[in-house]
Amino acid sequence: MKVSVSGKVLSTAACLMLALATPALCVAGDTIKFGIAGPHSGDLASYGIPSANAAKLVIDKVNANGGINGKKIEILQEDDVCKPEIATNTATKLVSSGVEVVLGHICSGATIAAMPIYTDAGILVMSPSATSDELTLSGKYPNFFRTIAPNAAQSPAMIDFAINKLGLKKIAIIHDKGDYGKPLAEGAKAYVEKTGKGKVVLFEGITPGAMDYSAIVQKIKESGAEVVVYGGYHPEASKIVSIMNKKRLKTKFVSDDGVKDDTFIKVAGPDAEGVYATGPQDNSANPLSLKAKDEHKAAFGSDPGAFFDNAYAATMVMLNAIEKAKSTKLADMKKVLETEKVDTPVGAINFDAKGDAIGVGFSMYVVEKGKYVVVK
Amino acid sequence: MDYFIELLFSGLTRGSIYALIALGYTMVYGIIGLINFAHGEIYMIGAFTAFIVATVLSIYGFPLLSIVIIAGVAAIVWSSSYGYTIEKIAYKPLRHAPRLSPLISAIGMSIFLQNYILLAQTSDFQPFPRLIPDFAFMEPIAHIIGSTDLVILVTTVIVMVVLTFIIKFTLIGKAMRATSQDRTMATLVGINVNRVISATFIIGSGLAAIGGLLIASHIGQINFYIGFIAGIKAFTAAVLGGIGSIPGAVLGSLILGLTESFATGYVSSDYEDVFAFSLLVLILIFKPSGLLGKATNQKV
Repeated sequence: MKVSVSGKVLSTAACLMLALATPALCVAGDTIKFGIAGPHSGDLASYGIPSANAAKLVIDKVNANGGINGKKIEILQEDDVCKPEIATNTATKLVSSGVEVVLGHICSGATIAAMPIYTDAGILVMSPSATSDELTLSGKYPNFFRTIAPNAAQSPAMIDFAINKLGLKKIAIIHDKGDYGKPLAEGAKAYVEKTGKGKVVLFEGITPGAMDYSAIVQKIKESGAEVVVYGGYHPEASKIVSIMNKKRLKTKFVSDDGVKDDTFIKVAGPDAEGVYATGPQDNSANPLSLKAKDEHKAAFGSDPGAFFDNAYAATMVMLNAIEKAKSTKLADMKKVLETEKVDTPVGAINFDAKGDAIGVGFSMYVVEKGKYVVVK
Repeated sequence: MDYFIELLFSGLTRGSIYALIALGYTMVYGIIGLINFAHGEIYMIGAFTAFIVATVLSIYGFPLLSIVIIAGVAAIVWSSSYGYTIEKIAYKPLRHAPRLSPLISAIGMSIFLQNYILLAQTSDFQPFPRLIPDFAFMEPIAHIIGSTDLVILVTTVIVMVVLTFIIKFTLIGKAMRATSQDRTMATLVGINVNRVISATFIIGSGLAAIGGLLIASHIGQINFYIGFIAGIKAFTAAVLGGIGSIPGAVLGSLILGLTESFATGYVSSDYEDVFAFSLLVLILIFKPSGLLGKATNQKV
């Protein structure tokens, strides 16, 4: 009995190895190898699969029209389950099977872990979703690009809105002391001080999960702030806005995409009305985005998921770079990426010297009648 | 001056919230010397019971006052039966075991209940219905003290008075005091110690349920995890006041609430917890049994 079981396991393993080895065997083929890395299984698969689908849609279309520069595009897809320790294996595997460009990774942590491997190999990597500042702003990864705005762009978006659109100068900046909220708040403070148009009257961290925030709300009131800019997630934000309403404060509340979540509206109820939050740029008016959505529906029978537009755009600009540069050398493609605007579902984009897309940003949303709507 | 008064009331509200939960810790400790770590979860279950009952009743269009009363009674009954059952399942079989065993059992019970609610109710925050309306007569001072704060303060005072009455003047209260002084002697003079312990758990859990209802309608949201943080803070307050002492639990809670509120108001909310726990350390250095706790000598 024991022997037969292990025999089965052995043969399965052998099949698996053979299956995995096949792409590496085809190195000699006359194709452009397009790597896709991200979580395609596990609990975060819903963040990675839409991107893989987007790439397949674009590439199928290009292949049907004869490929690029006479070459077909071949997809090599690897799963990193969003885990940094697995992402390094994923990257090594893609590099050793000879990919020329990579769409991915999806999660910031996994991307940071995988990048040194791609950088050493000089392979172009473009992420539709990793927002960590380090990836572009540190300058460590000259081969990294992304079609989503970095975290660092969100603080100026919140402050610009408060000062320029709402016309409010006295700003209270509150954060939840966490890895996400605190850098946002610090960025906001630095931005206010840099532009010199407003004044930070209060800068404080709160304890997430505390039972009552009336003391900090009183402090906001005492500081004379006209607007609260909050960096953090929705559970604390909804407690703060409801206490602000209870204390009859008319101070405006501007927050980040951790608050731009329907749960916030559900929990805060009527208190959520009039709360502003930044969120990923609204593409619903872009005809290319609508077209991509229809293609997804036709091919997969459902609405696309997270980062679909960003991944669709990334695949388009990478293929365009290969076509225009007539090579897959990093320096050639980089020149095309930086100089040539491409019409994509996230708008017409090119890239700055650091690798962030120009023209991709955040939109401001406001809660109106129990729904987030874009502020025009 | 206005600012000071505002902070004072926000501290008092916070302190009353802690007190309603801390009383359960201190009563159980006073009787059987056990730190009931599952008490925070009893509070959370009270809040969820009130949430479910109130949501169902508001669908059928009951008037607000009757919703509050029915949801409150349901929460008290349901939480008390949890408290009673937990004692019978997790603590009673370990009554003669080493002190560490029931403590571990309590932590296990707490984790079990949290995960049970997590599975039954999801991890999302649920919006808790606003059971306490804005009173018209409170409107002129609403910026200082809201209607929910007032209700919490008043309820805590009423609960304190009733609890003191029960313990000082009723038969079960007398039996509780006797059991807490010397369990063996209490048994010898004919007190049913098991029944006294059950009663303690039932009363403590009922108080936690009232707290759950009031606090949830004050902050407007609940999830499976609210009991943990509330429990830690209330436990701190109980230790500060001298665990085992009922006035001590209330005093400790109010001091903790006021410290947090004034620390936020005059220093920085970044250091809210730092101040609260520094105070705890200081008091325990100079008065190891807490503010109103009695120093007990270990019998050898």
